[in-house]
Amino acid sequence: MPTPILEIRNLQVTFNTPVGPLVAVRGVDIDVHAGEMLAVVGESGSGKSVSFLAAMGLLPRSATVTGSALLDGQQLVGMTPKQMRSVRGRLMSMIFQDPLSALNPVHRVGAQITEMLRAHTKMSERAANARAVELLEIVGIPQPGDRAMQYPHEFSGGMRQRVVIAMAIANSPKVLIADEPTTALDVTVQAQILEVIQRVQVQFGTAVVLITHDLGVVARVCERVNVMYAGCFVERGNVHGIFEQPTHPYTRGLLASLPQTGVGRLVPIAGFPPNMLRPPSGCAFRARCDHAVEACGSAIPPLVPVGESESACIRASELMGRK
Amino acid sequence: MLKYVVRRLAWSIPTLCFVTFLVYVALRIGTNPVESYKRINPRASPEKIAQYIDVNGLDPNYVRGYFRWLVNFITLDWPRSIKGSREVAPALKDALANTLRLGTAASVVGITVGLLLGIFAALRPGGRRDVAVNTAAFVGISIPPYVSAILFQLFFAVYWSRWFGSTLFPTSGVYPPGQTGFNLGLMIRHMVLPTMVVAIQIIAVYARYMRSSLLDVLSSEYMRTARSKGISERRVLFKHGLRNALIPVVTIAALDVGSIVGGLIITENIFSYPGMGKYFLSAFGEGDFPLLMPWMVLIVFSVLLFNLLADVSYAWLDPRIRLE
Amino acid sequence: MNDDVVVPAKSPRRMAYERFVSHRGAVVGVFVLTILVVFVALSPFTARYGVNEAVQAPPNYFLSPRANAWLGTDDIGRDLYSRLIYGVRVSLVIGFFSAVISVFLGCLIGAVAGFRGGMFDDIIMRITDLFLAFPFLVTLLVMRNMLGAITWLRPITGDLSSVRFIIVLFAIFGWMSVARIVRGQVLALKEREFIEAARAVGASRWYIVRRHLLPNSIGPIMVALTFSVVGAILSESTLAFFGYGPQAGAGATSLGILVGQAKGAVNTGFWWLAVFPCLALVIIALSINFIGDALRDATDPRMVKDA
Ligand SMILES: Nc1ncnc2c1ncn2[C@@H]1O[C@H](COP(=O)(O)OP(=O)(O)OP(=O)(O)O)[C@@H](O)[C@H]1O
Ligand SMILES: [Mg+2]
Repeated sequence: MPTPILEIRNLQVTFNTPVGPLVAVRGVDIDVHAGEMLAVVGESGSGKSVSFLAAMGLLPRSATVTGSALLDGQQLVGMTPKQMRSVRGRLMSMIFQDPLSALNPVHRVGAQITEMLRAHTKMSERAANARAVELLEIVGIPQPGDRAMQYPHEFSGGMRQRVVIAMAIANSPKVLIADEPTTALDVTVQAQILEVIQRVQVQFGTAVVLITHDLGVVARVCERVNVMYAGCFVERGNVHGIFEQPTHPYTRGLLASLPQTGVGRLVPIAGFPPNMLRPPSGCAFRARCDHAVEACGSAIPPLVPVGESESACIRASELMGRK
Repeated sequence: MLKYVVRRLAWSIPTLCFVTFLVYVALRIGTNPVESYKRINPRASPEKIAQYIDVNGLDPNYVRGYFRWLVNFITLDWPRSIKGSREVAPALKDALANTLRLGTAASVVGITVGLLLGIFAALRPGGRRDVAVNTAAFVGISIPPYVSAILFQLFFAVYWSRWFGSTLFPTSGVYPPGQTGFNLGLMIRHMVLPTMVVAIQIIAVYARYMRSSLLDVLSSEYMRTARSKGISERRVLFKHGLRNALIPVVTIAALDVGSIVGGLIITENIFSYPGMGKYFLSAFGEGDFPLLMPWMVLIVFSVLLFNLLADVSYAWLDPRIRLE
Repeated sequence: MNDDVVVPAKSPRRMAYERFVSHRGAVVGVFVLTILVVFVALSPFTARYGVNEAVQAPPNYFLSPRANAWLGTDDIGRDLYSRLIYGVRVSLVIGFFSAVISVFLGCLIGAVAGFRGGMFDDIIMRITDLFLAFPFLVTLLVMRNMLGAITWLRPITGDLSSVRFIIVLFAIFGWMSVARIVRGQVLALKEREFIEAARAVGASRWYIVRRHLLPNSIGPIMVALTFSVVGAILSESTLAFFGYGPQAGAGATSLGILVGQAKGAVNTGFWWLAVFPCLALVIIALSINFIGDALRDATDPRMVKDA
């Protein structure tokens, strides 16, 4: 297997909060290969955003990051702010959930894109403007020349997300992190945005990390999927393998809560995610798990290969047979 | 934009008329101009009094009287003051020039320092310098201008000369008594203390506005987007943060003109500074209707003007605002 | 259930209290104000001389601070320390009563304007716009004279130079900013679904006010109340400073009158006459301002300190 473009090892993020340390990410490993589309799924608050914000160096001062994140061989954790700035927007960029608030309301759309270009290249203003229009065209904005001169409030939500994408890919980054890029949009627009992301993935050879709640989206566009729960990965592997035969009870719960799995009814997972101010010992899911046994509480279970995928459930193989 | 400004200016004329009518009524009830005239000029003949009533529009019927006053006012046929029978326009002009000088100096110092302190505090919320600025701002808004004026006077007029044998900053007037002609150095030295008194208020208010506005902006999504571009922190702050943070500050600033004027009135009076404030307080004390009305018109006009200015700069800062 | 999943639930009131006491300035402010109120309430014991009493036989004027006059004496030999206590008493009474009255009026008018909308709302908002834009001091002075000249109001306002008059005058102004706040709350609340739901099931308007509007607005109203107290105290001293406040007749006094006397004293270097009244005024204003700020932090859940 080729070396991954982004290799994250044992990443841990702790927030120093007024009520004590909050461990949001508890040692995750991720490999992102060049040009692939990788999914990260999990409930709200499981630490998906924080993991990648940590890699981007975008967390507030109250956060402590440990572990390793190698981007194309460069260590990101512990980089000086200056080194980090030269990575951000050039080698790796990020799209955020809410396109309505992600663009600066007082600057023209075109200027916001050229700013990205000129931050990392010695492009002339003229060339940058021309490139910005090109980028707008690539992401499917009609009359890009005129649109570049407009302000964000003159764009619809879907259009704004296209602008954000155009900005993110301006410097042909190696990795694009799309943090729930479609959550705030309505269904028809969601499909279009996904299509745009897929297109730039192919056209620019950019690896895309798609963070999402939407398993339907994952099934459609991704090859590999990582399932996150309470700051850890609980399962990862090939999308189809996992969808057909989930090995972790949490993944099974997630899939069961989907209306389109054929079961016909929605079964939400009972209970709530743990309070990360005082994370539970052992498997974090055990309080909500029907199959929990004494041994689940002893240590955080590592990911081990089970069938096609890897699972962090100590009873994975045993339960698989039972299904 | 120009059309909007012109229309707003046109609209301000009826507003001005309406508000001055209210002021007219309030002054007539509150200062009883005819009685004041008789008090100041006890030996005025009935004809003189009748003439005074006529030229000032002091008809018993308020509406008729107001229009009489208005016609005289517009045709620049302004009656003379009741005390000393002075011409009103030159007195008002001098007062306005002095106040504009003091007000501008205080606003420039106050707004600049205030905004800078606000930014300085917001960059590290909860940090030591934030707490320091915030506390200082609270102390600032809790010190009424006459208190700081008195303390400055006590220190500079009495103790400084007692300790150092010289006057550093004079505490009254624009020039020392006897000075004739223009002297920039002297003028500036006379203005330092009153400027500081007014500026302290402005600094405190603006530092707080700016701090909270910038804090809001700093936590917004687009700041994170800006940071994710890999541009310098300074650029993130100045290019993306400040302009957004200024939007609410500008709106409040226009509404605040009234309180700055209030501060000027108090300060001028204490420092015997011959400006609009001193003019107003002495005219008000005498019930000098011919002096008071033009002063009021000027104040109402400037309030309207600053409101317009705020709306225009608001639209200029924020492209989401369309001036219709 | 697993017990380490349970989050200790705190009542909103408890959290508001904790936020309040975490504001150090406010805690000091409460402490200082309590001491002041006790001092003032116990003035027969705490004051050393009567309001108009000289500390000793002449020569007794402009004595600097000393054993029988801790803070010195004024131009006719009265004890500044005792007079400060009497002065603070008057100022606190003015601040408290005019704030309470104006907040009451403001709530009433603001709620009606918000619920009724239409003409009444328009007129009220225009009036407040007008008054709030105009230089406050000018309005205050003109209105003072106007109010004083209207003879049929005398039974309500009392004499032009009385404390009652000042309270009425401030109440007439104070309601405006409160009315705006309450109106804003009403309008915001009208938009919310649970009000519509309450309406739909036939809840009376009074019920909605009591159950939803009041609990939701109590925070901003409390904040407005504290700031009106400061506003009134400072306005009183401004008026008194220029000789338009309650009159010093019969030796009565207020902080404003004392600060006003300070004006005459500075050029002669009787520093105590300037410094102590000013200090008292600033300390009171600062304490109440801090309390107001902490109340705002405590009752506004959006205000989260530190990012
Ligand atoms: N600045 C911060 N300070 C303190 N805690 C934080 C901060 N940012 C995030 N957290 C905590 O970190 C945990 C993980 O948050 P994260 O945003 O990564 O969740 P997520 O998986 O992206 O959820 P969502 O699907 O809702 O976006 C949460 O418990 C959150 O409360
Ligand atoms: Mg997230």
